[in-house]
Amino acid sequence: MPIIEIAGRQVNVNEEGFLTEYDEWSEEIAKALAAQIEIDLTDEHWKAIKFLREDYKTEGETATSRRVQTVGGISVKEQFALFPKKPSKKMAYIAGLPKPKGCV
Amino acid sequence: MGAAASKLIMEREIMKKLLVLGGGTAGSIIVNKLHKKLRSDEWSITIVDKNNSHLYQPGLLFLPFGSYKAEELVKRRDSFFPKGVTYIEAEIDVVEPEKNSVKLMSGRVLEYDQLVIATGATPRPDQTPGLEDPEIWYKSAFDFFTLEGSKALAKAFESWPGGRLVIHITEMPIKCPVAPLEFAFLADAFFEKRNMRDKVEIVYVTPLEGAFTKPVSSEKLGYMLNNRKITLEPDFIIEHVDPITKTLVSMDEREIHFDLLVTVPVNMGQDFIARSGLGNELNYVPVDKETFLSKRYSNIFALGDASDIPASKAGSVAHFAVDMFVDNFVEHIEGRKMNELFDGHANCFIESGHGKGLLIDFNYTVEPLTGKFPIPVIGPLPLLKESHLNHWGKLAFRWIYWNMLIRGRKIPISSRMSMAGKSQDSTK
Repeated sequence: MPIIEIAGRQVNVNEEGFLTEYDEWSEEIAKALAAQIEIDLTDEHWKAIKFLREDYKTEGETATSRRVQTVGGISVKEQFALFPKKPSKKMAYIAGLPKPKGCV
Repeated sequence: MGAAASKLIMEREIMKKLLVLGGGTAGSIIVNKLHKKLRSDEWSITIVDKNNSHLYQPGLLFLPFGSYKAEELVKRRDSFFPKGVTYIEAEIDVVEPEKNSVKLMSGRVLEYDQLVIATGATPRPDQTPGLEDPEIWYKSAFDFFTLEGSKALAKAFESWPGGRLVIHITEMPIKCPVAPLEFAFLADAFFEKRNMRDKVEIVYVTPLEGAFTKPVSSEKLGYMLNNRKITLEPDFIIEHVDPITKTLVSMDEREIHFDLLVTVPVNMGQDFIARSGLGNELNYVPVDKETFLSKRYSNIFALGDASDIPASKAGSVAHFAVDMFVDNFVEHIEGRKMNELFDGHANCFIESGHGKGLLIDFNYTVEPLTGKFPIPVIGPLPLLKESHLNHWGKLAFRWIYWNMLIRGRKIPISSRMSMAGKSQDSTK
C-alpha cells in the first residue's frame, strides 16, 4: 500500500487513493482530498462527513447512502447535490474511510 | 396428581425452548441439524413461518424462459421438518427481547430461551415511487424474485414483440447478486433462439460501478455483457419510475426509457424486525459476522438473508453459515466460547445461456478468482469460466437442494473456502 503526502502529512492510502488508517485523517486532509475531486466543503458537506466519521467509529463499516439518509438525516437526493455523480464513494474518500461495501 | 403427570410438568418446566423464526433455507437446515444435536429431553424446538410453501428461489430465474414450471419450485414446508419439531403457521407481530418472547399476530405469545431469526429478505417494489403504478406493474414492469412476478414475466415474454428490455438493480444488497446478470445472459440467448434478438435492445442498469462488485469477476462479466451486445449503465441510483413515459429517472436526473422493465427492487428484512427495534436501516439484524450472534442480545442469532453480514444473500452462504452455527450453538448454550468462525464463504453458479454456466467461489476476503474448483465425483469445475459442466451443476442442484441440503444432510463441499485450485495470478 502506498504512502503519500496530503496537506503536509504522510498518510497510508490504497490503490484507489482512499485512506486506510482511520486515525491519520484530519479536517485539513479532508479539505485537500475534497479539492482533489473539485468539491468546496460547505457546512452541509461537513455534516455528512462528520456523520460518516462518527458512524464508522461505532459500526466499523462505512455508512451506505441509505444509512446516511435514514440515520444521518441527509436525503440521497441531497447527497447527490453535494457530492455529484458518486456520492457514497466521494463522501467516503473525503472522510478518509473505505469505500462502502455496495455488495458482495 | 399421578407420578407420571407431575414428571411431565417438571419436564415442561425445565425443558429449554429454541424458537426459530422462518422456515426457508436457513431455518430448515437449522432445525434439521439441531434436532440431531440437542437432547430431546432438554430442548424443545419450534419453528414459525407465515405460510406452508417452501419456494426453491434459484428456480425463479428460469421460469420466465420456460425451462421450469412453477409447480416444480414449491413444496410443503413442514415436509422438511423432522418429527419432534413443532411447526406453527403464523404471522409474527413483534419480538420482545427483554421478555424473551415473540408475539404472533393472533395474540399468542411464544417464549424462548434461544431465538434464531431466519426470516430472509423480501423485494419491496413499494420503496421506489411509481414502480407499482397499475399502468405498468406486472404489465410492462416486473420483478423475478417472487413467484408471482416471475410467472407474470413468463407470460409477458410469450407475446412480446421486442423493443427495449431494461434489466435493473435498485440498490444493494440484493438476494443472489449474480441473478440479474444471469437474467441478462439468459434473455440474450432466449431472444436469439426465438430469432428476434435483432428486435430486442438489452440494457443493464446497476447502482454499482461495473457489472459486478469484485474487480476480477466484474471485468470478466462486463466483457461477457459487451460480447452479447448488452449495454451497461453503471452508477445509476434510481429516484422514481415515470409510469406514463415508461422511464427510470436517477437521483442525478439521468433518464432511461424501457418497453419492458425487469427490476430487482430494494430488498429488505421483515417489518416485524423493525417493529421489534432489532433491525438496521434495511431491517436486517446486526450480528457478529463470524458467529451470527446479535450485537445486542446474547440469546438471539440471525442467519441467512435476515442478518446484516457483509456476504452474498444466497442459499450457499446460508448453508455454509448454518454448518458453522450449529456447532457454535451447542457450545454457546453450555456457556462456552464459540470457536467455529464463519469466513463468508459463497459458492454460486452463474448461468450464461446456451447451456453453459460459470462458477464463482469466494469469501469475506478472497474475491472470485479463476482456476478449478475441486469437487468429488463430478469435478473439478472450472472457475469464472463458461462451461457446460457448470450449467449441469446448476440444474443438478435443485435435486440436491430438496433432497439433501434443506434436510440437513451432508454435501461434499467444505463450509470454509479453500484456495485449492484457485489461480492467484488472476488478481494481478
